Amino acid sequence: MAAVAESKGRGSALVMAVYLLFLMLPIYWLLNMSLKTNREILGVFSLWPQNPTLDNYRTILTDPSWYMGYVNSLTYVVMNTAISITVALPAAYAFSRYRFLGDKHLFFWLLTNRMAPAAVFALPFFQLYSSIGLFDTHIAVALAHCLFNVPLAVWILEGFMSGVPREIDETAYIDGYSFPRFFVRIFMPLIASGIGVAAFFCFMFSWVELLLSRTLTSVNAKPIAATMTRTVSASGLDWGVLAAAGILTIIPGALVIWFVRNYIAKGFALGRV
Amino acid sequence: MDKPVNNRAWFLVLPVLALVAFSAILPLMTVVNYSLQDTFGNNQFFWAGLEWFEEVIHSDRIRAALGRQIIFSATILAIEIPLGIFIALNMPKKGVWASFCLVVMALPLLIPWNVVGTIWQVFGRVDIGLLGYTLTKLGVSYNYVNDPVAAWITIIVMDVWHWTSLVALLCYAGLQSIPDAYYQAARIDQASRWKVFRYIELPKMQGVLLIAVLLRFMDSFMIYTEPFVLTGGGPGNATTFLSIDLVKMAVGQFDLGPAAAFSLIYFLVILLISFVFYTVMTKEGEAL
Repeated sequence: MAAVAESKGRGSALVMAVYLLFLMLPIYWLLNMSLKTNREILGVFSLWPQNPTLDNYRTILTDPSWYMGYVNSLTYVVMNTAISITVALPAAYAFSRYRFLGDKHLFFWLLTNRMAPAAVFALPFFQLYSSIGLFDTHIAVALAHCLFNVPLAVWILEGFMSGVPREIDETAYIDGYSFPRFFVRIFMPLIASGIGVAAFFCFMFSWVELLLSRTLTSVNAKPIAATMTRTVSASGLDWGVLAAAGILTIIPGALVIWFVRNYIAKGFALGRV
Repeated sequence: MDKPVNNRAWFLVLPVLALVAFSAILPLMTVVNYSLQDTFGNNQFFWAGLEWFEEVIHSDRIRAALGRQIIFSATILAIEIPLGIFIALNMPKKGVWASFCLVVMALPLLIPWNVVGTIWQVFGRVDIGLLGYTLTKLGVSYNYVNDPVAAWITIIVMDVWHWTSLVALLCYAGLQSIPDAYYQAARIDQASRWKVFRYIELPKMQGVLLIAVLLRFMDSFMIYTEPFVLTGGGPGNATTFLSIDLVKMAVGQFDLGPAAAFSLIYFLVILLISFVFYTVMTKEGEAL
């Protein structure tokens, strides 16, 4: 048995090494390209940059029409995360603690919005936000992304809240806490990790989405993902800048993963493990 | 399941309800509206009844897109679910190495979808991409721009690259919740590796696996950005999935009526299948 376990250990390490290599290779290739000049990219095939250059990054970080894309994206993503968590917290509490008329139907209806194809909503959203004068604003994208982020946040938070024993609520009420005070002072600290995970997911899905954010913006709130299509010009693709822009979109994600790394697995299970 | 009944809980749900109603019901009403009317572009609408629905249901183009969509979703589920389970079983349980694996695995999930498309577009190119260049040097004829088979393989590999980690992370979370005592008992009984998997690990993963299947099904059925960037739906129509076709119709050709009817049918198909998943999921939840 011991020999079997040992060989399994070595086999596992090999499987993981191959899998992680498979995940990293395409990203490495983009990084490699971002450090080359266009002439080198198209001219010589090399596994690493022969003359590493940061020119592509300099182009992006000094040109407002480029770096404003990052500012716009981050603005609506943060707005969306704040809105989603704020409205999802009380709702998740209601679903986790009480039964009420139509609760199951309501919960399923919320989930259906997570299942709605963004393509279905692109055109109606465009018309809705144009007619109320919100087209090309950050708040329009933030509200549009609530369509799928609010249900998700409710789903995750409900899972985490159900893990907190109800006796805690009851004791607090007996001690004379009002509901808002109990919720903010006692309950929210208890599910802090759940809030962190829900915020992470809102951030993630708002950050990676392009179809809606591109449809709802033109100039002032244009996301970085849409700005990237600019690299297609008359003189062909500017591969180096495209690669650098791509690498820069990966960084915010990598940073937030680091903060929630210990809860990430539980978060993906929507708090239901 | 002994939650107290309290209808005042509705007040807590109200903000969510208002927000989602604003961003879901209003736009959906617009879609329903368009699906039943015809226009000549001057803001005058005529009642069209179910004409558009009939057109959509009988359209060969949409049927072909639906067929491709089903094949695509079935293929990636068949690859990603077993592969995800396999990866989860091989993941280290704790320590720095485990954290490292988690972070690297979550990375593809946080890359904007069009960048995912771009990464693979570059990676697969025969002149400057590592994958395309290597395959060509090895004598494999590979060109995802002209060859439908290569385009399909590239999209499927891209999706596996992008989303297998989600399945693996879910299963990993399920495995983490198994107490050590179970494994010790299995060792005492001299249970084989397969039996440990079949009778301990698989049942414990059931809940998260259902979530994984549900999420992967929904998201793969709605896939748009990645294949759009990678192949633009081509070569020809070989990789035109439902969402790509729909956006082409609604935004490209401005065929509002058929596009709206198409949207509703599309939405209902996803809804129906998801409802089946959801019912199964909650049934499982009560049984546990």
